[in-house]
Amino acid sequence: MRRSGRAVAALLALTLPFWLANPYVLHVVIMAGIFGVLALSLNLLLGYTGQLSLGHAAFFGIGAYTSALLTLRLEWSFWVALPAAATAAGLAGWCIGRLALKLRGAYFVLVTISFAGVVSLVSINWMDLTNGPLGLPGVPPPELGPWSLRTKRAYYYLVLAAVAASSLACKRLVGSRIGRAFVALRENESLAESVGVDVTHYLVLAAVVSAGLAGMAGSLYAHYTRFVSPEVFLFTYTVTMVIMVVAGGKGTLAGPLVGAGLFTALPEALRAVTSWQWQMLAYGVLLVLLVFFLPRGIVPALTAVRRRS
Amino acid sequence: MLAVRDVAVRFGGVAALDGVSFEVRPGTITSVIGPNGAGKTTAFNTITGYLRPTRGEVTYDGARLTGLRPSAIARRGIVRTFQRTSVFPALSVVDNVRVGLHLSGTAGLLEVLLGRRRLRDEETRLARQADEIVEFVGLRHRRAEIASELPYGEQRLVELGVALAAGPRVLLLDEPGAGMSAPEKGVVSGLIRRIRDQGATVLLVEHDMRMVMGISDTVIVLNGGRVIAEGAPAAIQAHPDVIRAYLGSASA
Amino acid sequence: MEQLLQHLVNGLVLGGTYALLGIGLTLIFGLMNVVNFAHGEFYTLGAYAAFAALGLAGLDFTLALLGAIAAGALGGALCEVSLLRPLRHESIDTTMLVMIGLWIAMQNGELLVWGGVAKSIPHPFPTAPLVLGPVSLAPLRLFVLVVAAALIAASYLLIQRTKLGRAMRATFQDAETSALMGVPIERIHTATFAFGSALAAAAGALLGPIFLAYPSMGDLASLKAFSVVILGGLGNVPGATLGGLLLGVAEELGAGYVSSGYRDAVGFLIIIVVLVLRPAGIFARAERIG
Repeated sequence: MRRSGRAVAALLALTLPFWLANPYVLHVVIMAGIFGVLALSLNLLLGYTGQLSLGHAAFFGIGAYTSALLTLRLEWSFWVALPAAATAAGLAGWCIGRLALKLRGAYFVLVTISFAGVVSLVSINWMDLTNGPLGLPGVPPPELGPWSLRTKRAYYYLVLAAVAASSLACKRLVGSRIGRAFVALRENESLAESVGVDVTHYLVLAAVVSAGLAGMAGSLYAHYTRFVSPEVFLFTYTVTMVIMVVAGGKGTLAGPLVGAGLFTALPEALRAVTSWQWQMLAYGVLLVLLVFFLPRGIVPALTAVRRRS
Repeated sequence: MLAVRDVAVRFGGVAALDGVSFEVRPGTITSVIGPNGAGKTTAFNTITGYLRPTRGEVTYDGARLTGLRPSAIARRGIVRTFQRTSVFPALSVVDNVRVGLHLSGTAGLLEVLLGRRRLRDEETRLARQADEIVEFVGLRHRRAEIASELPYGEQRLVELGVALAAGPRVLLLDEPGAGMSAPEKGVVSGLIRRIRDQGATVLLVEHDMRMVMGISDTVIVLNGGRVIAEGAPAAIQAHPDVIRAYLGSASA
Repeated sequence: MEQLLQHLVNGLVLGGTYALLGIGLTLIFGLMNVVNFAHGEFYTLGAYAAFAALGLAGLDFTLALLGAIAAGALGGALCEVSLLRPLRHESIDTTMLVMIGLWIAMQNGELLVWGGVAKSIPHPFPTAPLVLGPVSLAPLRLFVLVVAAALIAASYLLIQRTKLGRAMRATFQDAETSALMGVPIERIHTATFAFGSALAAAAGALLGPIFLAYPSMGDLASLKAFSVVILGGLGNVPGATLGGLLLGVAEELGAGYVSSGYRDAVGFLIIIVVLVLRPAGIFARAERIG
């Protein structure tokens, strides 16, 4: 039953652009995919190691800028720029991980926020590199052999591959001794140490992998919208990621993807009837309501319901 | 052999340990007893790297442990439990033990991400080992239950299972019988003996004198941060300083 | 040298209001263990309240300031009772998420009410600066400095001399024991949050006329408040006062001698550097294991 369900889902995902004629809807799906990768990356830290990063937009932005600059200024291929973006963001994650080793909870959050603040200020002020607030237009679309992935349909498959790869990476990680070490950190740090889990090592590792994934999402975003500006560092992005993970279910594999789908589609659906401000207002209220009424998120709640029936 | 040499620990102006030295012979059950505040838990924290001593050092087979992080000490085979119950609360019993098996695994990041076949064999092996340990501590019927939802005594057994999973050569148990009923204590005593018989050294902090005298090969008595006596259980029970220390604390 | 003096004076004006923000936050953080990301929104609330009172209702400046403080206190009390009281026994992460939600909701609520265009708040002071030797200072800025100093002094009095202040200090030391001794913890929490929010609103009403009022002005205010708290130590009111003044001066010097674009980086860097170098110095509640 589960296997056939999965096969249907895979078939659906693979054929989607062919029966989804509306390019606008396809655009929303692509954005949901990019946010899906972001939510998966945040979930590694928040859901598994239990550390909330409110600087995730920084890793996303570093990825976006790295990829845009490498392809624009050095004319590197997208296929080299993508891993380079992930590496650059991962390196930033390593720095944050090393810096924040001893910090937990609120203090970790504050350091990540401040880091994002500094990076954002650099992107605005370092005119020579980033072109400041004007941003970098004309980021080239990826090329695959003779084809250029400039259509939405083509880009959809690229993002689909990225989501699949990220999900697989997270699944493998979580099912391994590394993932168990992450969870041990979240659950009981001193006990984890006592059985030989090197807390420092795994915290930094989680930060690096998480930041790297976010950087990859940044690169995908840059080559999709073909434009990068300091707006990629907007706190709104971080908050959106947090809501996706918390709503979907932190510490689950499907949760972040469900959250990403829901919270990319929902605002778009509401756009016809409400303004952006109302939506953001609703986001804030929703986050509060979630904490009060669905603290563990949608996916765990559904699992519980299914188990009961 | 685990050796504690002239270890002193001060909190502010108070000496919790004041020049403690002892050795734990391999393959024995050694108990550390003493009135409240004698420094027993402090000694445990110092041996396992949770506290830095102000003076002195701890060695194992001649290699210095002092200054290492707890995880590094665990890697050398010195594993502890905690006085207050300490499990991974949201995980099932068997998953608790699987975390404990951390050091038995070898998978690194790249291998995990690439999904090497070798890993699948390792995971199978770890799962089997976890089941064996769950069985050993007598929690097979609780295998899939969430640790924090178990009754107190069984949580302590989970904790023991987690520590055993780390493959201890020296196992330090901090009041394993605390809060347990007499039959439960009997079960724990039996387990401790079996652990020793399988080749591990056990160092124990315990208040229950019947349990201590029943299972220990050697007893070390701490009082006021110093070792005041050391010997076989029978000798300790008759030792005048020990009697005085306990009477003194009882009247205080 | 003359420039330096000028920077110092400007820094103190800013720093006085940062101290107000910081004192409010350090009380909330230290006493209630709530990471109040909505703190800056009460700052915004204060600025808009002043704008409404001055620009729309035509009240005088002192009344507008009092109105802003009242709005902050009322809003703070309301949030505490409705959002934080039910979650008092939840983890710090849970309440942090709620405060993030409140932050976004308040900010966008303000955006809906006032629109995205920055508002300039009218004030009755002459624009010609007072010149004192090498330093020139707009009368409005002098007024801001004096009022901030008065409010800081009032906060000290409240904490040191009143029954409420005693109860607050006791709760900060040891909430459980205080509760056993009959301190009404719930009411103390409400009062603390209302007091902290009122101070933030006062800061907003004071700085609003110097700069402008706009919906996202609270973001930076929150972060500055956090850097002041971290600089001064958790729950430490004199520390927050000193930290606020220090941050104000450091920002002015940074903007004057390094680059004005990086003015706001000072607060961020303080957070990172202080937390990384002295994490234990700030939350030094050393835990003994076992």
